[in-house]
Amino acid sequence: MEYFLQQLINGVTLGAIYGLIAIGYTMVYGIIGMINFAHGDIFMIGAFIALITFLCLVAIGITAVPLALFLVLLVAMALTALYGWTVERVAYRPLRQSFRLAPLISAIGMSIALENFAQVVQGARVKPLPPLITGGFTLTHKGGFTVQLSNVQIMVVVTTVVLMGVFSWLVARTRLGRDMRACEQDLKMASLLGVDVNRTISYTFIIGAALAAVAGIMHLLYYGVIDFYIGFVAGVKAFTAAVLGGIGSLPGAMLGGLLIGLIETFWSAYFSIEYKDVAAFSILVIVLIFLPTGILGRPEVEKV
Amino acid sequence: MSVLSTPSSKARFDLVSALKRALLAALVAFGLFSLMIGVRTHTGSNGALFLEGRPGLLAIMVGIVFVSTLARELILGERQIELRSLVPPALTAPLQILPKLAAPALLVFALIVPIIFYQNRYMLDLGIMILTYVMLGWGLNIVVGLAGLLDLGYVAFYAVGAYSYALLAEHFGFSFWICLPLAGILASFWGIILGFPVLRLRGDYLAIVTMAFGEIIRLVLLNFQTLTHGPDGISGIPRPSFFGLPFNNEPGGFAHTFGLHYSFTHRIVFLYYLILVLALVTNFVTIRLRRLPIGRAWEALREDEIACRSLGINTTNTKLTAFAMGAMFAGFAGSFFATRQGFISPESFTFTESAMVLAIVVLGGMGSQIGVAVAAAVMLGGFELFREFATFRMLVFGLAMVLIMIWRPRGLVATRTPSVFLRSPKEVDAEDVRRARAKSWSWRRARHD
Repeated sequence: MEYFLQQLINGVTLGAIYGLIAIGYTMVYGIIGMINFAHGDIFMIGAFIALITFLCLVAIGITAVPLALFLVLLVAMALTALYGWTVERVAYRPLRQSFRLAPLISAIGMSIALENFAQVVQGARVKPLPPLITGGFTLTHKGGFTVQLSNVQIMVVVTTVVLMGVFSWLVARTRLGRDMRACEQDLKMASLLGVDVNRTISYTFIIGAALAAVAGIMHLLYYGVIDFYIGFVAGVKAFTAAVLGGIGSLPGAMLGGLLIGLIETFWSAYFSIEYKDVAAFSILVIVLIFLPTGILGRPEVEKV
Repeated sequence: MSVLSTPSSKARFDLVSALKRALLAALVAFGLFSLMIGVRTHTGSNGALFLEGRPGLLAIMVGIVFVSTLARELILGERQIELRSLVPPALTAPLQILPKLAAPALLVFALIVPIIFYQNRYMLDLGIMILTYVMLGWGLNIVVGLAGLLDLGYVAFYAVGAYSYALLAEHFGFSFWICLPLAGILASFWGIILGFPVLRLRGDYLAIVTMAFGEIIRLVLLNFQTLTHGPDGISGIPRPSFFGLPFNNEPGGFAHTFGLHYSFTHRIVFLYYLILVLALVTNFVTIRLRRLPIGRAWEALREDEIACRSLGINTTNTKLTAFAMGAMFAGFAGSFFATRQGFISPESFTFTESAMVLAIVVLGGMGSQIGVAVAAAVMLGGFELFREFATFRMLVFGLAMVLIMIWRPRGLVATRTPSVFLRSPKEVDAEDVRRARAKSWSWRRARHD
C-alpha cells in the first residue's frame, strides 16, 4: 500500500510534466491539423536554456533559490517561445498550402535539426544540475517503507495547476482565446470574419513552446540531469497523452498526461523498467487504433 | 518611361525595408542563440558544470543571419514566394530529361563500378552502401511514393530481415540463399501483422503509429536479451557464398574453382553485384506492379482515398499489399546488410535511419524511381564527403529536409510519368452519351427485375 502511494505521487508528478508538453501538441493539432513533431525538441531546448540560465545566475551571484527560479522561469519561457515562433515561421508557415504530408516531413526535419543543434553547440554529454529544491515531507512510515512527498514534486504539481488555470482562462475569456477557438473550428471562416489567422497561429506556437519550457524546467529540477535526446521520448509520450485525452481538447491533454504518467510509473514499478518505453509506445498504438478520438475528443468528420 | 522608373524607386525603398527585416532577423537570431551558442557548458573534473562564454561565435552566427537575410531580401525582395521559380530553370531543365537519358547511363556506370574501382576498397564499400539505401528507398517508395502512406518505421522491417537472417543462421545454420527469401517473407509477414490494425488510420496518425512500431521493435531487440543478445548484438553472421562456393583460399573455394588468384576483393565485388541485382529486382517489380491493377489502385489511393472507396476499391487490402511489399524489400535489404556486416545490433535500426530513408524518397521525388537513386547517391556521397564534420551532418540533414519541403515539396524530380495513358483521344458527342445512358438504364432496370 505504501509502495502504491509512493508510485501514485511519482506518477502524478510525471503526468504533470507530460501534460504541459501535451498542451502544445493538442493546440497546434486543433488549429492547423498538423503534428508538430519538433515540439518534444522545443521542450528539450527549454530545459537547456533553463540549465544555462541557472548557471549564469550562479555565476553573477544570484543564489537565492526563489529569485533564481523566478528569473529562470521568465528567461526560459521567453527564449523557448522565440524558438517556437521561429520554427513555425521558418518551417511550417510556407507549407500551409502544400500537400498533406509536407508539414509533417518538415517537422521531422526540424526535430532532427534542433536535436543536433543542441548536440553541436552544447556537447553530447549529459548535463547534471545539483538539486536546488531539497527536502520534503514524510507522509507515512510503515513497515520500513517511507512514503516521501518531496518539495520538488509539490512545486511541479502546483505550478502545473496554476499554469493550467491561467491557460484555461486565457482560452476561455480573452480575445486571443476566442480567436484561437474560432481558428480551431474553421480556419478560413475565421479569417473571413476578421481574425488574423497568422498571428493567432503564431501565438499558439508561442504559448505551446512557453509551456513546454516550463515542463523542461521541471524535468531539469525533478531529474537533475538532461541531455540533447530527452526531447524525442518525452515528445512521443506527450503526444500519446494528447491523443489519449482526445487531440484538440485542452482538459483532455492534461488528463492524458496524467494517465500516461501514472501508467508509465506503475508499469516501471510493477512490471519491468526496461520495457517502460515499449509500454508508452504500445499505449499510443492501442489508443490510436481503438480510440482515435481519445477520451474527451470529438469524432472527426471526413469531408470530401 | 514610367514603367522603367518604378523599379528603381522601389529598389531604394526596398533597401530600407530589407535592412529592417535583416535587423529583425538578426535580433531574433540573437535571442535564439544568446544562451545556446553564446554560452557553452562543460563538465568539470568534479562532475559539476562550468561555463565558457563564446561571444565571438555568437557574433559570427548573428552576423551570418543578418547578411544572409539582407542578401535574400535584396535579391528576391517581394518575390519571396516565387523562390521556387528561381531554382528550376537552371536545375530542373536537366532533371526533366534526366530520367530518359541518365537512367541507362547510371545503370551502365553502376555495372562497371567494380571494374573501375577494383583496387579501391573504399569506393566499393561506399558503392555497396549507396546501393543498399537505393534499394531501401525504392522499397519505401512503394509505400510512400505510390500508395501515399507515410511510414516512419520502415527500418523496423529492415531490422526484421537482418535479425531473421542472423538468428536463422545462428540457430539452424541456414545459408544466405535460404535465408534471403525467408527474411523477405518474415518481414512482409510482420508488415501485414503491423499493418492490419493501423491502416485504417489517416495520414499523420498512420505515420506516428508506424514510428511507434519501429521504436517498439528496436526496444524489444534491445531488451530481449536471451534471443537477441541485447545491445551486444549478434556477431559472426556467416558470409554469403557464390552459390555454394565460399570466398576463401581453400580448394573448393571460389578462387580455386575458377582458377583465379585468391583475393579478398572477390567477395566485395560479389556483394556489390548482389545488392545491385537485389536493387534492380526491387525496381523492376515496382515498375511492373505500377502497370497492374494493384499498382494503379495504389496510386489512386494516394490521390484520393474516399474516391477510391466509392469506386469499390478495397482500401484495406490495397494498403496492406503496399505495406507488405515495401516490408518484403526491406527484409531482403536487411538480410543483405547482416551478411555484409557480419555483425548487427539494435544500434543500426534507430529512428534516424527511418528518417534518412524517408528523406531519400522525399528528396528524390515521391514516386520517381530515378529520383530516389540519385537522391541516395547524393545524400550518402555528401555524408562521406563531410565525414570530418560528423556532428554537423545531421544538423544540415535536418535543415535540408525542411528546405526541400519549402522549395520543392514534390522532390528534385518532380515530374512523375503518368501510369495510365489514353492512347487514342476519342471524341464524344451527344449520340454516344445518349447510347451509354440508355445502356446503363436498361442494365439497371434488368437488375431491378
